[in-house]
Amino acid sequence: MNAAATQLEIDRDKGDFKYEEHHKYDAGVGLNEGTIDYICDVKGEDDWIRDFRKRALKVFEGKPMPTHWATKDLENIDFSKIRYYLSGDNRTKKSWGDVPDEVKETFERLGIPENERKFLAGVEAQFDSEAAYSNIKDAVAKDGVIFMGSTEGLMEHPEIFKKWFGKVIPTGDNKFSALNSAVFSGGSFIYVPPGVKVSHPLQAYFRINAENFGQFERTLIIADEGAEVTYMEGCTAPKFDTATLHSAVVELVAMPGAKIEYITVQNWSSNVFNLVTKRAIAHEDAVVKWIDCNIGSRLTMKYPGVVLKGRRARGEVMSIALANEGQHQDTGAKMIHAADETTSNVISKSISVGKGRSTYRGQVHMPKHLKGCKNNTECDALLINSDSRTDTYPAITVRGGENYVQHEASVSKVSAEQIFYMQQRGLSEAEAMSLSVNGFVNDLTRQFPMEYSVELKRLIELEMEGSVG
Amino acid sequence: MSQALEIKDLNVNIGDKRIIKDFNLTIPKEEIHAIMGPNGTGKSTLAKALAGHPDYEITSGEVFMDGESILDLEVDERSRAGLFLAFQYPMEIPGVTIANFIRAAKNARLPDGEELNAPAYYKELYEKMDALKIDRKFTSRSVNEGFSGGEKKRCEILQMAMLEPKYAVLDETDSGLDIDALKIVSDGVNALRGGNLGALVITHYQRLLNYIIPDRVHVMYDGRIVKSGDKSLAEELESKGYDWIIEITETAA
Repeated sequence: MNAAATQLEIDRDKGDFKYEEHHKYDAGVGLNEGTIDYICDVKGEDDWIRDFRKRALKVFEGKPMPTHWATKDLENIDFSKIRYYLSGDNRTKKSWGDVPDEVKETFERLGIPENERKFLAGVEAQFDSEAAYSNIKDAVAKDGVIFMGSTEGLMEHPEIFKKWFGKVIPTGDNKFSALNSAVFSGGSFIYVPPGVKVSHPLQAYFRINAENFGQFERTLIIADEGAEVTYMEGCTAPKFDTATLHSAVVELVAMPGAKIEYITVQNWSSNVFNLVTKRAIAHEDAVVKWIDCNIGSRLTMKYPGVVLKGRRARGEVMSIALANEGQHQDTGAKMIHAADETTSNVISKSISVGKGRSTYRGQVHMPKHLKGCKNNTECDALLINSDSRTDTYPAITVRGGENYVQHEASVSKVSAEQIFYMQQRGLSEAEAMSLSVNGFVNDLTRQFPMEYSVELKRLIELEMEGSVG
Repeated sequence: MSQALEIKDLNVNIGDKRIIKDFNLTIPKEEIHAIMGPNGTGKSTLAKALAGHPDYEITSGEVFMDGESILDLEVDERSRAGLFLAFQYPMEIPGVTIANFIRAAKNARLPDGEELNAPAYYKELYEKMDALKIDRKFTSRSVNEGFSGGEKKRCEILQMAMLEPKYAVLDETDSGLDIDALKIVSDGVNALRGGNLGALVITHYQRLLNYIIPDRVHVMYDGRIVKSGDKSLAEELESKGYDWIIEITETAA
């Protein structure tokens, strides 16, 4: 075995390890009002939150699974066997020294404290249901930037939190946003005051350590007028025998002239159901950019959206999905134009390996009364094997004669002759595959922050290494 | 140990069809041999079979590179052992730049845990691009994507120069080249000559051999070599045409 392969073997296990569970708080298996009372009591939440959660539970229970349009695999989620709240401690630490050893070791193995020192303005590290660590650099905090776990944010800044919470994504948006609204815990809360530009990224890291568990973080980011912020999230879980559920709700609010960039690199293990609702509101002249990299999981359903509410607002989604054997990446974007001269851009690249399946669903909405709106959508699919699968479902509603929409889609395949050519230059089959896949996503990844494009390239190499031979 | 690329009694099938028949050829190190012949006689099949293309089944025979059998090696292992194939139709690799592609190929040759020194790599790359009159802007272009025929062939020779193989097979490298490109490509091959390179130049036309003077010329017909000689054989073919070879072969049979 050569050096590269050995290195890869070690790296492959990077996320696949777990520690013994030492949970002080455990809501037990299954979901009912008692579960919600338990969560509220542990967190010491106000009654309005308790009521909000209980109403959401009813909505969740009343909504059918969206299997009339989505995959039947959703029916394999057994909500009665999931644990909805697990935490070792309900108090987030501000110093790594105070974080319990095993949790700290987990994040050290994932390289989080090192990244914090190197290039981040702040870090939050969530372990199962609660943030174990959260810290923001003094220089950033001095400008009035708030960055903390949502659990804390709700307690310490209810006046900001309550104003926006559930406004971008209402409880009843879909079955899983309702579920999240009932049992949410953790996630990030960020507020950037008017005119403040946070020069380095804020990062959150979401880690599932427990089996039969559901992680339901709730993230709320508000960039006030003219403010700028980049937020990154990473996710991993060990490989369990049973299915694990990750169902987050992420709401972004970009006030006039604000700029939010939200970057996700997820590398879930292959039994995680990853059903996430992400949406932003962009006010006048605001820009929201979602960069979404989906690797791993059993099923991912995620369509980051931007509601372009103010004039000249701009929304962008750039996404990369890699569906390996046994995986289904059902991803896309939603662009809701609700003001004149709003623009949106969607670039989606998917790679299907083996019997892996990737699906693109895109929604573009431009009502008749608007003028000067533009949307550009490009979705490209790469098929690695002859039984790989890709589907595209664009839903474009454009009314009125003064708007402009462009949609391009392509499907390509890595040919045996390309692989032969690369192998003839000395690359192994896996190296040749990962080089072609990286080439396919290259025009997107080179727009990413460097640390993340390097990480993504490495993840793609790992996936391709495992898929050949 | 013999310092040569030796092909012994090689038989190659594509599907059920026998294409290469009891083929024998020895190319000593530092020599350049040319194979000429009409279309459809198995020249390109020989090139791809030597490189290990999975569609070409070797039913019997042996191939040795400096005394080591290579037929059990994978395509990439043969490459790293020192065999290079300049493709007649080089493949496009969208999104992968020439610089990154050649760097990945060179990295694949390094021992465990070692990485190429980037400044030294670019210095070498630029020198060799200059010699082949390839614009430096090409380093950031995707491999062969949107290249003209001549650019593709120069890019093949650039890769050969960068990977420094022991033996190279050039499959119709002259096809699609105008006279200026032909000279540049030939200069590139000649620059490697006399070093450690042994080469097999496959061509349909004698024209290329005015620029790359071969040590030996072989004529291939119906899957085997039917006549060998020095450079003058190529000239004789040029004036008499391939019909002459077909005639003498079929009379002999």
